[in-house]
Amino acid sequence: MHNEWLFIGFFLILAPTFPAIAILIPRFIAPRKPNPIKMQTYECGLETYGKSYIRFKVQYYVYALVFLIFDVETVFLYPWAVAFDQLKLFAVLEGVLFILILVTGLIYAWRKGILEWA
Amino acid sequence: MALQIIFIFVAAVTLGGALMTVTSRNLVHSALWLILSLFGVAVLYVLLNASFLAVAQVVIYIGAIAILIIFGVMMTRRLVIDPSRQINNTWWLAALLSLVFFGGLSWMLSTWDGFWSEAPIMAVNIDPLKQLGKALVAPDLYVLPFELASVLLLAALIGSIIIAYEKR
Amino acid sequence: MAFLHDPITFIANWLQTLLAGWGLSSGLISVILTFFGVLVAALMLLVLDFSLVWVERKTVARLQDRIGPNRIGPFGIFQPVPDVLKLLIKEDITPEGADKIVYNLAPIFGLGAVLLLWAVIPFGYKILGTDINVGVLYIVAVGALGTLGIIMAGWASNNKYGLLGAFRMVAQMVSFEVPMVISLLIPVILARTMGINGIIEAQGGMWFVIVSPIAALILLISAQAELGRAPFDLAEAESEIVAGFHIEYTGIKFGMFYAGELLHALTFGAIISALFLGGWRGPGAETFPFLGVVYLFIKAFILYFVIMWLKYSLPRLRIDQMLNFNWKFLTPLALILLILTAILSKILENAGITLGSSPLLFSGLFLMMNLILVGITVLLLRAYGPKHPKVIAEPRPVAVTPETPATDIS
Repeated sequence: MHNEWLFIGFFLILAPTFPAIAILIPRFIAPRKPNPIKMQTYECGLETYGKSYIRFKVQYYVYALVFLIFDVETVFLYPWAVAFDQLKLFAVLEGVLFILILVTGLIYAWRKGILEWA
Repeated sequence: MALQIIFIFVAAVTLGGALMTVTSRNLVHSALWLILSLFGVAVLYVLLNASFLAVAQVVIYIGAIAILIIFGVMMTRRLVIDPSRQINNTWWLAALLSLVFFGGLSWMLSTWDGFWSEAPIMAVNIDPLKQLGKALVAPDLYVLPFELASVLLLAALIGSIIIAYEKR
Repeated sequence: MAFLHDPITFIANWLQTLLAGWGLSSGLISVILTFFGVLVAALMLLVLDFSLVWVERKTVARLQDRIGPNRIGPFGIFQPVPDVLKLLIKEDITPEGADKIVYNLAPIFGLGAVLLLWAVIPFGYKILGTDINVGVLYIVAVGALGTLGIIMAGWASNNKYGLLGAFRMVAQMVSFEVPMVISLLIPVILARTMGINGIIEAQGGMWFVIVSPIAALILLISAQAELGRAPFDLAEAESEIVAGFHIEYTGIKFGMFYAGELLHALTFGAIISALFLGGWRGPGAETFPFLGVVYLFIKAFILYFVIMWLKYSLPRLRIDQMLNFNWKFLTPLALILLILTAILSKILENAGITLGSSPLLFSGLFLMMNLILVGITVLLLRAYGPKHPKVIAEPRPVAVTPETPATDIS
């Protein structure tokens, strides 16, 4: 099993190396003339107006949270799916029960209005 | 031998990442060091031949929980740099206690003979993933924790909705 | 002849004898061979990425009824060369207050995550990088690393529009990952294994797109949203938020985000074709593995063309329309499809009908179940879906026709 992961290990080392080389090349051949106006943050050509932090909707966090719950559920379901041909119908129904409990959670979130981008 | 070297390197990366998480002044940098630590744990799972756990670790921890942590940090902090002192006055007591704890743990582990033996070699024709899947739904093994896990997830979902949306 | 039949083993044996002749131990030889395999694969992917710039520009030009690049080389095929050269010599402007390390790390995550995806996709019968038995979850895991790159890019730019664009993009990607992960579970149930090579081998009887077309469709829609392409491209729409999370990136760093997005689209094409369209399967693919490579790339490019077609023909959705569509339609549909697939598969297996023994009957019954589900969904949407506004009155003509003019002057 280690040989299979060795390939991925080398890929993990090599895959960021090529973009890193591509980032290092302009250091040698590109011009570098920083001046304060060029380095300002971009705001469609105007001066920056107002404070530099913005008030975020809590919706972003809620979507990440619901994603977390369903992600963990699906990771639990993957071994169940792999062992499918050695399970009886009863075991399949246990997995379906697992899914249905979380469908109840989705219906609750839906009815409470959590999933609205308001 | 090569496995040992890789293990030492990965363990050093994990511990270094954890150290930088705790001592970094910038909160977002702390979150990124935490991601490095979690990735190190995933590589350790691969070294232990538990490939499903390794990808599950990356999917759940780095793909969902780390993003949640980063969202939480970026959305609630106006200033992410911590200007206060990093070390307080009783640091010597903390260092002493940590050394005593480390010494105690090392002694206890060295008297356990599982520490010095090699991991048992698994039979080649057993597919650990299929065994895990069967064990999760077998009535005499782990089906009750399996279903309770889904109830726990449901409780987490409902609980966080109630906390986040008190007025609805 | 042995080279044509089994190229990787042939080259590996040849290199092995060469290196053993130099006196290296066999463990070291296998490590060196793996490293060479990785190097070759990564270089070929970068060349592919390069040529995708030309493919994308030519296709969008044809879809928009113009010619596209045609000056540099025949049909403009050397166009990516001046493109990349231009990006390399542009000045690298780092905005003030940006977090330098995170700012430079983000494009590496963006492109690196896409390159890592190709490690598990088998190219031919025995031509594959590696066959880990958790290939499908590996794809989800590496997609998560790409999401991380986007947040890092948005935050490190020290620009509130960049941060807002990054948040929206990540909220969209994370939302659409739920139906994607659930629909990735369906080929695993049908093939009883998570390794991608195993799933391709299980499609010997019938491709999975015929067994479960809804799962392929859900995966295609989720892939379109994960890539951030129209109709789901609110986070980088130029009229909305200027450029989203890569607003402060210039030169080759922007080029890496762009090239990463193109390669990601082709990667999704390859993944969907491996999981649903049979991957490298085709007539003669087992005896001549190079044919398998050709088949895989044909299928991947057909799906890439479908993704581009969707991008350049459909208007943009608003973010609340997009997220409502995901959470209230795609996710329940994917979950119900999963439940029905699991129950039907087990009932059919108890009755003795599996994909291996009688593929036509199995896929016929599954296809019927999918079509019934589509019918029920359409009926439910008609009954409970958003209604068209009622027409209050007949539209009035705005310009009044003149009365018949006098025909004679008198």
